[in-house]
Amino acid sequence: MPLSTQPSGSGEPYVLTASLDNARHLSSLLRAVHFRDHATCFATANGIRVTVEDAKCIQANAFIQAEIFQEFSVQEESVTFRINLSVLLDCLTIFGTSSLPGTSTALRMCYRGYGYPLMLFLEEGGVVTVCKINTQEPDELLDFDFCSTKVVNKIILQSEGLREAFAELDMTSEVLQITMSPDKPYFRLSTFGNAGSAHLDYPRDSDLMEAFHCNQTQTNRYKISLLKPSTKALALSCKVSIRTDAQGFLSLQYMIRNEDGQICFVEYYCCPDEDITEAE
Amino acid sequence: VINTIAKLAKTCTLRLTVSKLYFILSDKVANGGVSMWCELCQGNFFDEFQMEGVAAEHNEIYLELVPENLSRALKTAQSAKAVKIKLTNKHCPCLRVAVELPSLSSSSRIVTHDIPVGVIPRRLWNDFREPSVPDFDVSIYLPTLKTMKSVVERMKNLSNSIVIEANLRGEMNLKIETDLVSVTTHFKDLGNPPWASEDGCQSPAQDGDLERVAEARIDIRKLQQLLAGQQVNPTKALCNIVSQRIVHFILLHEDVSLQYFIPALA
Repeated sequence: MPLSTQPSGSGEPYVLTASLDNARHLSSLLRAVHFRDHATCFATANGIRVTVEDAKCIQANAFIQAEIFQEFSVQEESVTFRINLSVLLDCLTIFGTSSLPGTSTALRMCYRGYGYPLMLFLEEGGVVTVCKINTQEPDELLDFDFCSTKVVNKIILQSEGLREAFAELDMTSEVLQITMSPDKPYFRLSTFGNAGSAHLDYPRDSDLMEAFHCNQTQTNRYKISLLKPSTKALALSCKVSIRTDAQGFLSLQYMIRNEDGQICFVEYYCCPDEDITEAE
Repeated sequence: VINTIAKLAKTCTLRLTVSKLYFILSDKVANGGVSMWCELCQGNFFDEFQMEGVAAEHNEIYLELVPENLSRALKTAQSAKAVKIKLTNKHCPCLRVAVELPSLSSSSRIVTHDIPVGVIPRRLWNDFREPSVPDFDVSIYLPTLKTMKSVVERMKNLSNSIVIEANLRGEMNLKIETDLVSVTTHFKDLGNPPWASEDGCQSPAQDGDLERVAEARIDIRKLQQLLAGQQVNPTKALCNIVSQRIVHFILLHEDVSLQYFIPALA
């Protein structure tokens, strides 16, 4: 879709230009992290990372690498801005959210730099929509300092095993308790709600378990209201990796395959609930 | 049809003549200035139609009713063998809808709904005259309603008002602009309907005319209501824009014509 994107007269190039034949490849990933209105976008030559945070204890990141785009160019080392994610999603899905076979919305994104709005050009069936979304100063983002060397326990599961469990979590419980252990119960999800406590166990030799590396028995509790939005990412994904470190910080990494079979990642980091964490 | 009307108006007037039914909403402040005129030929819908008006010279009946009630009653009729509608006056005037439903036994079940209506006296009939087509600046065919519906629904999340802009080259733009964002959708190749002018000959578009652009800012919810009510693609759909004043929509289906007027916001 050859749309001229040269701004008239100024000769300044855009610091970020990206083209995507199917805007859904971007919008579905962004929806998986959409639990607050604002997000920080961070773009480098490798691709775009969109981060959403809440309550200073949870952070979700969606990674869309450069290869997903038909055209991707970043003129500076990195480009960062804060943007209203709800507005961005409304614009990306301006032609509707239902995916009819054969129709897709083409997208071109341009950003002139600090202080300029993000420009979106969307086209479907000959109809063109142009959006100008104002950007803001990026916020300081939390650094969970979660690296693979500090991981104590790690499990990789096929998502279909967890989907039902997450969709039916007892929301009257304030916390979700996750137990990971080299001994029984291996991997247990627990809630403590008005109707009583519920425990869901996954044995280590289950078909759904792709990898099981637990070194220490750990039980950690996380505020359930913060983790509930991760259900969206779980719904889209085929595999999920669950890792905890010595402090009980949780990392959930979702592997998502898009309509064209390309792989993208979404990750959620969560702090343990202060009052009640024990590492037995 | 009733479902569409029910989505557009809480109360409306039903005018019955020997040959046609009209659903009318006139532009009072309570509607936000919106008015509607929906016309259908009774022959296309009813096998039997009998009515007697107030008097021989005015063989018409005007009723005030809540279309949602009629819509709910007709829902029962989805799989009915037959439906009969009667205007009765027991304690108060009612439209009695009798729905004959198929049943396993030989005798059929009849479900009756009584919908209260108000009879409108003849002296008020003048309030409900057919609106005339306004002196518009631009007339243009609407784009595919499905696309228009999706776009307007998304725009509704972002802004309260929307600007409809169109020219005589078959181009229409839908625009919203707020502090956070501005979005413009461009539709092309829509075509402009030919309207015969008063003196009987069609004035050829002058070069200057082609450049004429009309635009009006309207309440986006009213536009979305109109589009949401259209379940099926109309045979013809167009709108006439009087710059800064009013947008007049005409939607024609095989047996029904619907006109909807949305005034421009101040």
